[in-house]
Amino acid sequence: MSAEMERPVAGPNYAAAARDAVLAGVIALGVFGPLIGFKTEQNMNNQLVVENRWGIVIVIVAIVVIGRFLLKAFVFPALVTRKANAGPASTDESFFKRNFKTIGLAFLLLYPVIIVSMLGYQQSIKWVDNFGIQILIYVMLGWGLNIVVGLAGLLDLGYVAFYAVGAYSYALLSSHFGFSFWLLLPLSGILAAMWGVILGFPVLRLRGDYLAIVTLAFGEIIRLVLINWREVTNGSAGISSIPKVDIFGWITFNVADPTYIGKILDLPPSSAYYKIFLYYLILALALFTAFVTLRLRRLPIGRAWEALREDEVACRSLGINTTNTKLTAFALGAMFGGFAGSFFAARQGFVSPESFVFLESAVIVAIVVLGGMGSMVGVAIAAAAMIGGTEILRELSFLKAVFGPEFNPDQFRMLIFGLAMVTIMVWKPRGFVGNREPTAFLHEKKSVSGSLVQEGHG
Amino acid sequence: MTAVIETQDMPVGHQGPPLLSVRGVKTYYGNIIALKGVDVDVHPGEIVTLIGANGAGKSTLMMTIFGSPQARTGTVTFDGRDITRMPTHEIARLRIAQSPEGRRIFPRMTVLENLQMGASLDNLRYFDEDVERMFTLFPRLKERAAQRGGTLSGGEQQMLAIARALMARPRLLMLDEPSLGLAPLIVKQIFDAIRDLNRNEGLTVFLVEQNAFHALKLAHRGYVMVNGLVTMSGTGKELLANPEVRAAYLEGGHH
Ligand SMILES: Nc1ncnc2c1ncn2[C@@H]1O[C@H](COP(=O)(O)OP(=O)(O)OP(=O)(O)O)[C@@H](O)[C@H]1O
Ligand SMILES: [Mg+2]
Repeated sequence: MSAEMERPVAGPNYAAAARDAVLAGVIALGVFGPLIGFKTEQNMNNQLVVENRWGIVIVIVAIVVIGRFLLKAFVFPALVTRKANAGPASTDESFFKRNFKTIGLAFLLLYPVIIVSMLGYQQSIKWVDNFGIQILIYVMLGWGLNIVVGLAGLLDLGYVAFYAVGAYSYALLSSHFGFSFWLLLPLSGILAAMWGVILGFPVLRLRGDYLAIVTLAFGEIIRLVLINWREVTNGSAGISSIPKVDIFGWITFNVADPTYIGKILDLPPSSAYYKIFLYYLILALALFTAFVTLRLRRLPIGRAWEALREDEVACRSLGINTTNTKLTAFALGAMFGGFAGSFFAARQGFVSPESFVFLESAVIVAIVVLGGMGSMVGVAIAAAAMIGGTEILRELSFLKAVFGPEFNPDQFRMLIFGLAMVTIMVWKPRGFVGNREPTAFLHEKKSVSGSLVQEGHG
Repeated sequence: MTAVIETQDMPVGHQGPPLLSVRGVKTYYGNIIALKGVDVDVHPGEIVTLIGANGAGKSTLMMTIFGSPQARTGTVTFDGRDITRMPTHEIARLRIAQSPEGRRIFPRMTVLENLQMGASLDNLRYFDEDVERMFTLFPRLKERAAQRGGTLSGGEQQMLAIARALMARPRLLMLDEPSLGLAPLIVKQIFDAIRDLNRNEGLTVFLVEQNAFHALKLAHRGYVMVNGLVTMSGTGKELLANPEVRAAYLEGGHH
């Protein structure tokens, strides 16, 4: 058989692409015509009138046709060629990949500086706060939950409960007793860890789906307690005017204080300083989480977590106390959730049960799964993509030009979130970084080439 | 064919008290009885094999010794200690190691990491030394040290399961059907490795097998289990020569 025949056609085949595009257009018209083309409105006499929206339909169909044509004519052939050349080419682009962690870290450290120097203090707030801090909170939550779900393999759908415990611990203890953030941060972590153990005990025997359901219920219980225990938590109204964080009492962020940062550094008052400070604070907390996790992975407890995820029975017969192993995973994961929670309360200045709904847990689990169940870098990428993506959606005002002035991209957040998840799972079924990094190596560095030991050979 | 088959002679420790002693053990799965009162002894330095048909209760006995499931009546004694009601991980800490049915290696972990898990008890104190020993015993594993467990071939996985159990420096090694699904040459390799460990290091082995011919040749003594009861026992040689054993487990294969 000749090799030529096997070769996929690499060059663009415009006729086939055009045929395909027209077909896709017809289908799109069939689907979206009735769905979007007609809209019933009540008029002044309370009658339903049908309104036509052919403009939008035409735009959508045009997007489908052009998109399909481009995919068919250019993208698919390009993918095929790239796959065919994948072998040697991939080693060239690996400078970025190899140094991804260093580059990423440098970027994170410099991010506020870059933004401020580009946009000035006032304009930087949105980028530091909505993007930087918001994403990093989820990176931290993802890394915390990663211990439970990614490493120990315990599907916890109620992680937000520990986030809530941390947030309310800070909110209540700081507003009632005036304790400082630096005292309450570890305290919230400890309280959350305690709740982690309390949840851990009853679910020790459960696995998989059953564990997921019970943890989900636990998350809801905590939220309902927060709503109904009005005397303490102020119910659904929440707790407001939670004190800001200060820098160990030396520097504060309240304009009225004599120690206000602007007065000390001789800068004009601006709320940007507090945001930048918070950015570095959450960055430090997240990196602390990463550091602890990476260290633990090399210790007996971390190895036990990963072994537990793979085979609980085998673990026990190797002398591992699976009860303690699970409880420490729950406790540590919860502790980091608690840290993130107290940070969240300090940043918002306001907490209410609204912030701790099941959807939050789902988003955090999604981040861990998309990241590749256990990979720190993967979780960070997933958090940036999912949270950054939904934040960017707010910015896309040009969509209003296309879909009319009442179009509010925010309403489509969950839809797009879901679509993105499906797409990522199809494109990378094992998450962004599906390959688990081994923690043990032979001492004599035998020259076993990396490609040989990849999964799939053998 | 004559009945002259080379088998193992009795080891020295045979006369002393048994290392492992199972007495009148009954094990249930819910209401279904799987072991109906089993007595088994393993002396220090011995290789003892347990043979029997599918569903006879061999794996159940091995897991009962390991405390999961626990025996409902009867006792399991190891080195003079009653371990019948001990949790599995504490039994493992007495240095009973196991290569269970289905091997149960950690698929996403590398060969080396699997071996690390085996050495958890000593917190890796003798790790480097022991890994070298395992690589001498199973050179295949050295070639595959950085490969993920789940991508090993069946025979390699079996070697890994045994090596992982040995990493715990066990006083008693329990193997459940190490020859399952393996080519004759690999079976021979694995059985040779077990014999060497027993001869050179005095390792005590409790071996569950379907491959009765090889198992009885390797073992000092053997037990035959039928339907949750031990129906016969004796030296490897005796059982190999026994007409009932021959009819049930040896005719029509394995030679
Ligand atoms: N978890 C379980 N729940 C219920 N019944 C079980 C369970 N495990 C084993 N059994 C039953 O107990 C009996 C003994 O099973 P066991 O696995 O010990 O057999 P075996 O001798 O190891 O067989 P094989 O040679 O096929 O491995 C069988 O009838 C089996 O169906
Ligand atoms: Mg069995």
